[in-house]
Amino acid sequence: MYRYDEFDERFVRERVAQFRDQVARRLDGSLTEEEFKPLRLRNGVYLQLHAYMLRIAVPYGTLSGRQLRQLALIAERYDRGYGHFTTRQNIQFNWPKLRDVPAILDLLADVEMHCIQTSGNCIRNVTADHFAGVAADEVEDPRPTAELIRQWSTNHPEFCYLPRKFKVAVTGAEEDRAAIGVHDVGLRLLRHPETGALGYRVLVGGGLGRTPIVGKVVREFLPKAELLAYLEAVMRVYNAEGRRDNKYKARVKILVHELGEEEFARRVEAEFAQLDGPSINADPEEVARIAAYFAPPAYESLPARSARLEAAKATNPALAGFVTTNVFPHRVPGYAAVTVSLKLIGGAPGDATAEQMRAVADLAERYSFDELRVSHHQNLVLPHVRQDDLPAVFAALAAAGLATANVGLVTDIIACPGLDYCALATARSIPIAQSVAERFRDPVRQQEIGPLNIKISGCINACGHHHVGHIGILGLEKNGIENYQITLGGDASEKTALGERLGPGIAAEEVPEAIERLVEVYLAARGAGESFIDTTRRIGLEPFKAAFQSFARKEVQDAAA
Amino acid sequence: MAKPNQPPLPSILIANDLLDGEVLFRTVSGWSPAVADALVAEDLATARQLEAEAAAATRRQEVVDAYLVEIARDAAGRPVPTHYRERIKTLGPSHRPDLGKQAAEAPAAGR
Ligand code: SF4
Repeated sequence: MYRYDEFDERFVRERVAQFRDQVARRLDGSLTEEEFKPLRLRNGVYLQLHAYMLRIAVPYGTLSGRQLRQLALIAERYDRGYGHFTTRQNIQFNWPKLRDVPAILDLLADVEMHCIQTSGNCIRNVTADHFAGVAADEVEDPRPTAELIRQWSTNHPEFCYLPRKFKVAVTGAEEDRAAIGVHDVGLRLLRHPETGALGYRVLVGGGLGRTPIVGKVVREFLPKAELLAYLEAVMRVYNAEGRRDNKYKARVKILVHELGEEEFARRVEAEFAQLDGPSINADPEEVARIAAYFAPPAYESLPARSARLEAAKATNPALAGFVTTNVFPHRVPGYAAVTVSLKLIGGAPGDATAEQMRAVADLAERYSFDELRVSHHQNLVLPHVRQDDLPAVFAALAAAGLATANVGLVTDIIACPGLDYCALATARSIPIAQSVAERFRDPVRQQEIGPLNIKISGCINACGHHHVGHIGILGLEKNGIENYQITLGGDASEKTALGERLGPGIAAEEVPEAIERLVEVYLAARGAGESFIDTTRRIGLEPFKAAFQSFARKEVQDAAA
Repeated sequence: MAKPNQPPLPSILIANDLLDGEVLFRTVSGWSPAVADALVAEDLATARQLEAEAAAATRRQEVVDAYLVEIARDAAGRPVPTHYRERIKTLGPSHRPDLGKQAAEAPAAGR
């Protein structure tokens, strides 16, 4: 894992000291709320519905046991005993007191964490594939790239006041688990088809929110060493030409869309040609220094199949079920990555209590080279577990109430905090996720339905990624009542697609039944081994629309009767 | 519906405490964490006074995000916001009866 050097350490400590002073000045009245708001936002402090909220950066979703333990301590000491993992691989606390925030930031700095660039019109926390360094289909671990971008973008004087926030995601794998198609910049590490050299495919202008757009490839192959100069060129074009007159048109996706991708790419290339590459691109020594932090851990050489695991599975069907859903193959024989689902039936998606955090931290330290990940699906991952240890890990997770075997299934629902916490929300998300999960709680049925991503947002800002849910749910307000729009066919993978609306919005109570109808259409139409999204692609939207609309119409009639 | 620039009626003044973020309600003489204590503006003049108080209290660094919220009365005569957003704000997260103001009324409720 990346460790702070003195520069990082000093920078973070200075920021804490500055913020402590700013809070003191706010409290003694020398700063007004207008003056203070941008300062608090730059340190991750938002005002939500019931309280302040603190958003803590988890760069590329990688944490150590010690860091997660510290988050547990903060949850207990300064919050209400839990935290919320977000679709940006960050963690949020929902109840901190403003006066306590400097002390919390100190605790974070003790474990090399902070809240910088979790808010505001800057380059935000860089996200990455949660199976980085694990997946067999990966050409290179994306985290050194993400770390390089983090260092380059942190307090970059030119890019502190962008037209709008800017989100970068990186993957090194063929299968896109980082949703790079819906980020301002999406990077995919790949090998040049002829030379075999490493480089990036660069996507720009993806994003969700009120204008969802899939990112466009502006460079099919960028040599790896030229990354920062190219990104600088992208940022310059955006910074100079992105719209500042209208907040809703200020993201780079609008610029790419308005200019057209060819013209945008042409301007980037022109800027790139003018930049002094060698003075911007990272020094190869520095690149190597960063990469060394992400060197693979000291794996043992093990047989590809664990006899101990097989024997345990044969006598423990719950373990066998868990391995089927929550265990991902590791590139190294004898190892596996374990996803710890934070989608407990009856819980809030992404929430973890302090005890649960400690339980996972213990497991990371004991069984996973002291490493864990936060996935953008709002789950945690133990990336490097010996298959021999899976029975023990499963038992420990079960004891902590964390052995829910539903990863990728219909109850593994992404949901933003929605109106239960968020000041911007138009409707609640969490109770919707809970009612759908409750409806589909039977594990046998979940298995039978297979992979199905439901994603819920409590407003048009789309933090719950509803546009790219196989089934997307968007909470709105209609005539003073919460109303939910259902979309179908979205996909956050390398086959990025935006869902389409199925019909009129429906009431909260109707959502589980509506999902049921969509699942029925799928089950009736699917071919052998065909997943929900594949069936959707093959048969198209119409059969789903018909089922949904006849349901929605009937509900309206019943309500009127 | 209130007209533009017309405060809603009847209404109460709601805000977050500057220091700890807690939701507060303006009373006759100060701020209370309990909605039942809120001063209800039944007429335009009182609502205007509450608006002035919102600006003044913000300037005095007592609260942030102060604004008027339309209410109705429940059976016991207590003010209840008419909009679900503000109702949630006066209660707490709807899926966590153990948190927020509602927790005081239902201390035994679990997750
Ligand atoms: S999607 Fe809307 S409601 Fe949900 S967290 Fe984002 S801003 Fe809040």
